[in-house]
Amino acid sequence: MADIPRPLPNLHELDTQPFWQATKQHELRYQVCNDCQGVVFYPRRHCPHCMSFDLRWEQSKGEGAVYTYTIIRQIGHPVFRARQPYAVALIDLDEGFRLMSHVIVAKEDVDTVKIGQRVRLDWEDYDEVSLPVFRPA
Amino acid sequence: MSSQQRDAAIVGIYEYPLRTVGPEASSLRIKAECAIRALEDAGLTLKDVDALYEAGEEGAVHAGIPSLPEYLGLHVGIADTTMAGGASYEFQAAHAKRAIASGKANVALLTYGSTLRRGGTALGSSGRSYAAGYPHPVVNMEEPWGLTLVGDYAMVANRHMHQYGTTSAQLAEISVAARLHGTRNPQAVQAMTDLQFKGTGEITIEEVLNSRVIADPLHMLECCMISDGGGAVVIASPEVARGCKEKPVWVLGGGEAIKYPENADDITFSAAARSGPMAFGEAGVSPGEVDVAMLYDSFTITVLTVLEDLGFCRKGEGGQFVQGGRLRFDAEAKPALNTDGGGLSSNHPGMRGIFLLIEATRQMRGQSTSQVAGARLAVASGMGGRLGSRHAAGTIVLGID
Repeated sequence: MADIPRPLPNLHELDTQPFWQATKQHELRYQVCNDCQGVVFYPRRHCPHCMSFDLRWEQSKGEGAVYTYTIIRQIGHPVFRARQPYAVALIDLDEGFRLMSHVIVAKEDVDTVKIGQRVRLDWEDYDEVSLPVFRPA
Repeated sequence: MSSQQRDAAIVGIYEYPLRTVGPEASSLRIKAECAIRALEDAGLTLKDVDALYEAGEEGAVHAGIPSLPEYLGLHVGIADTTMAGGASYEFQAAHAKRAIASGKANVALLTYGSTLRRGGTALGSSGRSYAAGYPHPVVNMEEPWGLTLVGDYAMVANRHMHQYGTTSAQLAEISVAARLHGTRNPQAVQAMTDLQFKGTGEITIEEVLNSRVIADPLHMLECCMISDGGGAVVIASPEVARGCKEKPVWVLGGGEAIKYPENADDITFSAAARSGPMAFGEAGVSPGEVDVAMLYDSFTITVLTVLEDLGFCRKGEGGQFVQGGRLRFDAEAKPALNTDGGGLSSNHPGMRGIFLLIEATRQMRGQSTSQVAGARLAVASGMGGRLGSRHAAGTIVLGID
């Protein structure tokens, strides 16, 4: 069971490929529409707000707040089971986009994770990508 | 109630009695058996069916062509394989109503069969999405985080508690009511026995709160079971319905909606906030008139959210609304909730939406094991997918003359 790896993003997926490639440089990227200035996330080719195809990439400062979270205490996947209990959260970045991630705390501190808590970006490195995670600010 | 259109009615129902099937059962066989029994319940035959609705889980033998008409021996014009997870059958009932009302069909058959439990899928806690491995942006953004299905719903519960002060004790009321109704339903008692529940009797709020936390803040007794099972529903035109065995249960209104994560979105609202008003608007009734609410209880938070979104109470007041046992079938206040025992205490083979229609129909016929006295209006609201992220809500309003 131990050789079942953690699920990682597929770098052949066209829309999110630039996002994940940038993680290797520890850059957290998001898109902004040049026509309507709307924030687009998750990444894609078109702007769902105004139908434009003219989007640019911006780099997030990596600061935000916990919108909501849960503590996973039962999971079948062996990689995650070894980590439980852990906090999965939706993080509202200050630039106006929301992404799913982990709030990294020691297992014994897992109950300290709270909605509204300020968090800061950190990285977990893998061979082809790095995963953007968050720690209490 | 003057605007109610009586253009399609549920005339046949059947619920597969087993929740743990042996090697002789398959999802196809369960679909066929349920279809035949529901047609018998209506006094109709396979030859009468001119529209088939199913979620297409079996896939196709040849490039996208539905295989179920052939298996059942149907010569249908309409073969609709709308898949919306647990809301599939409310979507399909709405489609059937439209097809019948427009004269394109006279007898619509909805059928479902599943061997989810026998397959050994830990649906709630496996940590894998259905689409795992498939290159899709959503999978790429979410699969690395080990979020279980339970955890996804739990994120809504945590936000609801934060925003409105909802408590676990309030959520537990939903489990307690479902279990009460389950204890009165012999099929549900058998299900809980076969699935080796620790007990098959009534439970208390304290017992729910003392059960293991699976994903904060949701406890084990706030999570639905995983079973095998199936069911079928026959919907017919008024002309056909008049000749059927049972009195028609009119499909008065239907609504469908999809919701997904957005930046700055409020996840305490579900897609039912759009499907509900659509259904009630078409039916010409208000939530306050509804006697029975069959709401998809994958988890307690699903019910609380949908009670609010359908307008039984205001957003954020669901916790207070459910207190004091008001969801019981014999409570003074309306509506009674999930009177068959629900997914929490009767069955959950993966997509429970069809049982919402079946039990709502029993209530309208006066055949429920927890019959609500004088019930005349029911709502069935299915929820497919994941409440905290992308999901589908389908709402159907049913009534009798």
